[in-house]
Amino acid sequence: MYDVLIIGAGITGILVSRELARYQLNIAILERSNDVGNKTTSANSAIIHSGCDPEPGTNKAKFNILGNAMFDELTKQLDVEFRRNGSLTIALSEDQLKALDALEERSKINGVPFKRLSKQEVLALESHLSNNVTGALFFPTAGIIDPFNLSIHAMENAIDNGVHLFLREEVIDIKKKVSHYLVKTKTGEYKSKIVINAAGNHADVIAKMVEPIDWSIIPRKGEYFILDHFAKGFVEHTIFPLPSDKGKGVLISPTTSDNYIVGPSSEPILDKDDYSTDGPTLQSVRQQALAMVPSIPFGKVIRVFSGLRPSSSRHDFIIEYSRSDSRFINVAGIESPGLVSSPAIAQYVVNELVRPLISLKEKSNFNPNIRPYVHLNKMSKKEREIFVKENPEFGEMVCSCEKVSVGEIKDLLVRSCPPRSIKGVKRRTRAGFGRCQGGFCQPKILFLLANHYGVSPLEIPLDDVDSPILTSRIKEVK
Amino acid sequence: MKIVDLVIIGGGSAGMAAAIQAKKEGVDNLLILEKNDTLGGILNQCIHNGFGLTEFKEELTGPEYLQRFVDQVHELDIPYKLSSAVINITRDKVVSYSNPVDGSVSVQAKAIVLATGCYERNAGAIQLPGDRCSGIITAGTAQKYLNIHGYLVGKRVVILGSGDIGLIMARRLTLEGAKVVCVAEIMPYSNGLNRNIAQCLNDYNIPLYLSTSVSRVIGKGRLQKVILSNVDDNFKFIPGTEMEIPCDTLILSVGLVPYVSLLENIGVPMSSTKGALVNEHMETMIPGIFTCGNCLHVHDVVDFVTDEGRLAGHGAALYLQNLLLGVREINVYPNSGVSYVVPQKVNLDNQEDVTFKFRVQKPVKDVFVLFESNNVIISKVFKSALIPSEMIMIKLNRDKLANVTGDITVHLEGR
Repeated sequence: MYDVLIIGAGITGILVSRELARYQLNIAILERSNDVGNKTTSANSAIIHSGCDPEPGTNKAKFNILGNAMFDELTKQLDVEFRRNGSLTIALSEDQLKALDALEERSKINGVPFKRLSKQEVLALESHLSNNVTGALFFPTAGIIDPFNLSIHAMENAIDNGVHLFLREEVIDIKKKVSHYLVKTKTGEYKSKIVINAAGNHADVIAKMVEPIDWSIIPRKGEYFILDHFAKGFVEHTIFPLPSDKGKGVLISPTTSDNYIVGPSSEPILDKDDYSTDGPTLQSVRQQALAMVPSIPFGKVIRVFSGLRPSSSRHDFIIEYSRSDSRFINVAGIESPGLVSSPAIAQYVVNELVRPLISLKEKSNFNPNIRPYVHLNKMSKKEREIFVKENPEFGEMVCSCEKVSVGEIKDLLVRSCPPRSIKGVKRRTRAGFGRCQGGFCQPKILFLLANHYGVSPLEIPLDDVDSPILTSRIKEVK
Repeated sequence: MKIVDLVIIGGGSAGMAAAIQAKKEGVDNLLILEKNDTLGGILNQCIHNGFGLTEFKEELTGPEYLQRFVDQVHELDIPYKLSSAVINITRDKVVSYSNPVDGSVSVQAKAIVLATGCYERNAGAIQLPGDRCSGIITAGTAQKYLNIHGYLVGKRVVILGSGDIGLIMARRLTLEGAKVVCVAEIMPYSNGLNRNIAQCLNDYNIPLYLSTSVSRVIGKGRLQKVILSNVDDNFKFIPGTEMEIPCDTLILSVGLVPYVSLLENIGVPMSSTKGALVNEHMETMIPGIFTCGNCLHVHDVVDFVTDEGRLAGHGAALYLQNLLLGVREINVYPNSGVSYVVPQKVNLDNQEDVTFKFRVQKPVKDVFVLFESNNVIISKVFKSALIPSEMIMIKLNRDKLANVTGDITVHLEGR
């Protein structure tokens, strides 16, 4: 019997589990995918938003602003790339200046620090901006983050503090019993006194297993381009157009990995698992981005992808007890600004919603810090020479595009939230993220994983278990 | 820091040829750095034959061809390090590499030959529309799984792109028991060598659809089907021409790109080949840094890669002996009908013949290839048929180059 069971290991569920791990509780987290943080958490703009644009008084505004302030400490504890590069929201015509005034007003109400910039001032900050720019708001607290390792490291830290993670467990039914919930998956059953529904795009499906609900999740798809490393500092800040009904609009931003990201589009879709991209949508994204920065070199695109925002019919985060029972908690509709809000949501869920239900006794041995990772690229030449001499596997490169060594991958495999797929290694180390997109390193990684897990290479998937890479041995090999 | 006269980055066909040539010309203090655990580069996985026709007047397999150069490397006692990936180079020619034996090491080179080959354009680069399922793989990676590791990447295969690797893989997969449904090519003509179309597709009744591309890949988890559509002259999909093909694998053979991030990182000027701008000694715009083979421009025949490697090795040897002097440098530009020319710079004080390599933009018949300088025709050569997939080489000897007074343009003219 668990004290708390969380459904969904996206960033919200993971950080809730980590927050709960401070206390003497038996905690489980179920994830239907083959890895944590594998869906919405991985496929978004990777921005820690300032909080300038959510409507004042909403959950989005509240948690965005609280969450933003938590990232310096959180990313230090979890050893995650994070940089407050600041964002710019730009006006591209005289007409748009009025909308910029409105955003300025909203930023004041939300209590977000900002600076109003003239055309000359903003062009001095970002020389590649369109000459049509008429003014801008600069938000110094906005930042960029590695969303993959934020979720993976947070999960690792939670597991190290006692949380039980169960991957490949898709919940198919939930039964309310007298003293607990019985959560059925395709392969097993879990009992828990409290259930937290953090199932992202599927949160409404999960909630309906318990009671009728008056809200729904309609995913909104966002398609993106990723550009290869080129001229560092092509843009320094995250550049937004003025927000509209559809959201924050198409942005262009550097990433923590010195790539550039351009997107997203914003279209509601019916299939909750449709991660496809299509040409016309990306063409539209491209045109919107070029209106802001006309010289974006789209020839440097190395990947296109889409992510699904779990948009709720309430247009705000739903963080509350279910109507029929406080022991079932919904944390749903966590679309943008969900990533930045997630640590504040986690604290709220634990302190305001869980605490009244169960006794929370602090553990004496909770450790908020992750075991440090090796960052060869951050070492001086001398440090690197000494380190690699002592740890030879860090001298053997697997991925030449992103310079990832065998040592780094083997280190992952002895941690508590190890990768089980090619994509799992990619999201953790960036191996396969570069211009060849794994063309050279994928076989090396595949055989490394197969060796480590002691399974046939046929069983190593690209991502989830239904995505094998190899299908059989050749005729000559029996 | 250890000083090495010549560091060759990449121990494939180009790098080995450069090293062998430099050593023969008296460069004794040299070192090949190879990132993989064997010399020979991509030829290791090219187990089909057809290599060496120019070089050895024989038809060899890739491993046979490369072994002849590995043997020479050993005979000439040329030092090399395996599993040694170069992390970066500087404009001052400090080469930092790492391997499990030496650790992370930097050496000071006096000259560098960069021979790092090319990589395959992939689903990301072509922005393949549709789902993110498994079963979509580049031809070279599929070839590695098949020929090096002994695994098949699929049972029912569609191949996009009729470049040589795609064609070779169509045959290889068929021989191993996979069903190759078809090859789709976005261009109105194939980009592979004619002999490969005959031997790899026609012999196995594999259809080739021209002016056709993949308009959507569909599959949750693993690929389930692809939609092929015809394209118009601007390569836009034509609605109503969709053809649904159930398959579990899409192999991409959609082009190769020089792998030159080490040069890009130090700001070496690049050309339209996506490799560095070079002169006739394969020297980049940074004196003493040379480049050759597929990381300079993508070749279709390895024999010519070997030849270009020798040229770079020769250039590096001259440089190290302070024999690259001349100052009268001119530019060479491609013009109508020609997509690129290598080299893009020629030093007129050089006392050697120069072979120009170029490709045409589209298939043409019965044309003259003209080299002109200041409206004077330096060379005019008749060609009955030229196609983009075949690199063309025209040698201009010193007598002809003596007539050059300024920049050269290379272009085609109808008969």
